[in-house]
Amino acid sequence: MASTQVNASGTLGDDRAARARRISRRRETRAALLFISPWIVGFLIFTLWPIIYSGYLSLTDYDVINSPNFVGLENYEELFRDPKIRTALWNTFIFTVIQVPLYCLVSLALALLLDKAGRAAGFFRTAFFLPKMTPPVAVGILLLLLFNGQDGLINGVLGWFGIDGPAWTTDPNWVKPGLILMSLWSVGSSVIILLAALRNVPQELYDSAKVDGASWWQQTRKITVPMISGALFFIFIVNTIAGFQTFTEAYTAFFGSGNTTYSNDAALFYVIYLFRQAFEFLNMGYASAMAWLLFVIIMIFTAIQIKVSRRFVYYEGEQR
Amino acid sequence: MKTAAVRWSALALTAGLVFAGCAQGTSDSSDDETGGGTTFDPEAELSGELDVMGFGAGDEIGQTRVDLAGAAIAPATVKLIEGDLDIQQFLSAIASGEPPELVYANRDQIGTFASRGAIIPLDECIDGEGIDTSMYLEPALNQVSFDGSVYGIPEFNSVQITQANADLLAAAGLTLDDVNGSDWDAITAANQAMYVGSGGSLSVIGYDSKLPEFLPLWAKANGADLLSEDGRTAQLDDPKVVEALEWAVGIYNDQGGFGTVKAYRDSADFFGAGNQFATNVLGAMPMEQWYVNVLNDVSPDAPMAFDTVRDREGEPLAYASGSAWAIPKGSENPEAACRFIKTMTETDSWIAAAQARVDLREAEGKPFTGLLTGNAEADQQIQDQFVTPSGDAKWDAAVQATYEANDHTFTLPANPADAEFKTAWQDGVNRVLNGQQEPADALAQAQEEAQAALDEAWSTWDEREEG
Repeated sequence: MASTQVNASGTLGDDRAARARRISRRRETRAALLFISPWIVGFLIFTLWPIIYSGYLSLTDYDVINSPNFVGLENYEELFRDPKIRTALWNTFIFTVIQVPLYCLVSLALALLLDKAGRAAGFFRTAFFLPKMTPPVAVGILLLLLFNGQDGLINGVLGWFGIDGPAWTTDPNWVKPGLILMSLWSVGSSVIILLAALRNVPQELYDSAKVDGASWWQQTRKITVPMISGALFFIFIVNTIAGFQTFTEAYTAFFGSGNTTYSNDAALFYVIYLFRQAFEFLNMGYASAMAWLLFVIIMIFTAIQIKVSRRFVYYEGEQR
Repeated sequence: MKTAAVRWSALALTAGLVFAGCAQGTSDSSDDETGGGTTFDPEAELSGELDVMGFGAGDEIGQTRVDLAGAAIAPATVKLIEGDLDIQQFLSAIASGEPPELVYANRDQIGTFASRGAIIPLDECIDGEGIDTSMYLEPALNQVSFDGSVYGIPEFNSVQITQANADLLAAAGLTLDDVNGSDWDAITAANQAMYVGSGGSLSVIGYDSKLPEFLPLWAKANGADLLSEDGRTAQLDDPKVVEALEWAVGIYNDQGGFGTVKAYRDSADFFGAGNQFATNVLGAMPMEQWYVNVLNDVSPDAPMAFDTVRDREGEPLAYASGSAWAIPKGSENPEAACRFIKTMTETDSWIAAAQARVDLREAEGKPFTGLLTGNAEADQQIQDQFVTPSGDAKWDAAVQATYEANDHTFTLPANPADAEFKTAWQDGVNRVLNGQQEPADALAQAQEEAQAALDEAWSTWDEREEG
């Protein structure tokens, strides 16, 4: 009997405590939601709703001024007929496939150098990051100046070595390489991220490797890269997404203020074509369908990258 | 806890969607395009505010006229949203039901805006305020007329004239007649005679045919229009257009290709004292008349020579462009907008503006190089009243060529797919310049693209008109 009372009393006590915890958590949740509600409302209005609405617009003929006219899947069918979509997708794919690995390699190389720079690291860190502060439109104009086939700095430097530089800004074969090289201008932010990751690699791993007679290259391959693979993967995936969305520099240099009439199909990236459809030709319905196609493509590539990354990326504390 | 979180999230989601729904455009809320009960009466007293998008009174020509137009609509007040027209901003304003009262756009945008119902026909405004449209240059007025109605009031006129380096011409034993366009073979020969370069490098451009932008000029000089008079049929694959493109591209090919010429052109100090004419690195080119002012300001001693651009029959010719005033659909003060437009573009306002410029140029010790207003009456009066010999024959020749060109302009007709049409032919020319296609193939593709865009846009317009 006594035992029953104790059990009953104990159960009641547990219930009360649990209820109190639930009430407390509910209050906390409510307070948390209240605090982040401005962001939630902003997200809903300025991000989620436009996304949902663009899905609807992609099924309409919409010129921004008059009411959308429902056309079903017509815009999506047109995507497969439009030859410029193929051109734009190909340009974007080639750009991304070459630019992203190059960007990551250069970032890693600079981060490794900075890691060894000692006291001067602070200065170089700032120096590498500064170009990132340049507005992308200015970078587009800068591209035209630096890569000018006649008087550009790049061809000037190549000339010192007896190399006759190409027409970077007009020859369709050299437009994308020029843009890829120019994109390295903003490598600073990735360098900073990788440098932070490098500083977190435990020194004892290197010490052990040195005792075992490992060379610098072996240490880099077997310790550094695996230990910062999480940061590398982050840079890789973010830049892949950015690569698919390349716009400002190429638009400025080949379609916007840098060249109001001259353009080059080699620089027609997907988002540039999307922008032109939306805001120059006022085909907002078609542009919305283009946006959804890009969304799907990016989703697929990101999913593949995440899947593949499981084999190569190491996260601290992870058990394998 | 989960229940509470879900409940709160649902509440926030609902609120968000409601707000977002409320933020949707109200473009269909008003059936009355001109704001309801609009009467355009030159004697009526106006009130309210006039938001003007796309116009900046940045110089004496703009400021003088804005002052006059502001006084004409008083006690209504003017607020300028300065800077070039931002199409995204303008269309967003229309879509959200909060358009500016007045908009200032390029003339070639008017057809697109009109066909989408973004701007209203000005026929009532013109009749009511008594605007005499015969004073405007006919090609300029045609450019802002769509499907039988006037949708914009034109102002300013930009025309090309032949601008050449007299020293380079003389050194090659050439005259202006060799580069003014009347004889294409002569231009080709003059280009070869004046250009200096080797391999992929240039040091003097003989002649710059200014592609892709001046294809319409060369096509017209060869007797062809890129677009039919009614704006419905592209004529880009016309053999005369192909011939014009082949010749104009040949000018670049003779100098190592377009890439070489463009790279050299881009590296020049175009607006500075070290410009291509002042530094003797450009023989001749067709160029808009405003560049005469630049040259006169930064390199008054440059060895210049000027003539009009001429067609192959030797007649002066210019492909005109300019600006226009239009009243957006849903404008809340169309009466004030109409009177403002009238005052901005009437002859007396232009005379006052020209006087202000003459005064300023005199104070700076520089000659007045004319003013092309888009208003033929004003142009004539300004020329008669203010254009006097400057004492420097070359600049006087520039002014004379400018006014002569102004009397011989052509434009492309307004159409509902102007941006796509322009993109189609410019892309076609660029494919040739980039070495991707031959002129005939490029223009055949451009024709297909342009016609598809025109057909679709006109069909939408026709359906809307019928509906």
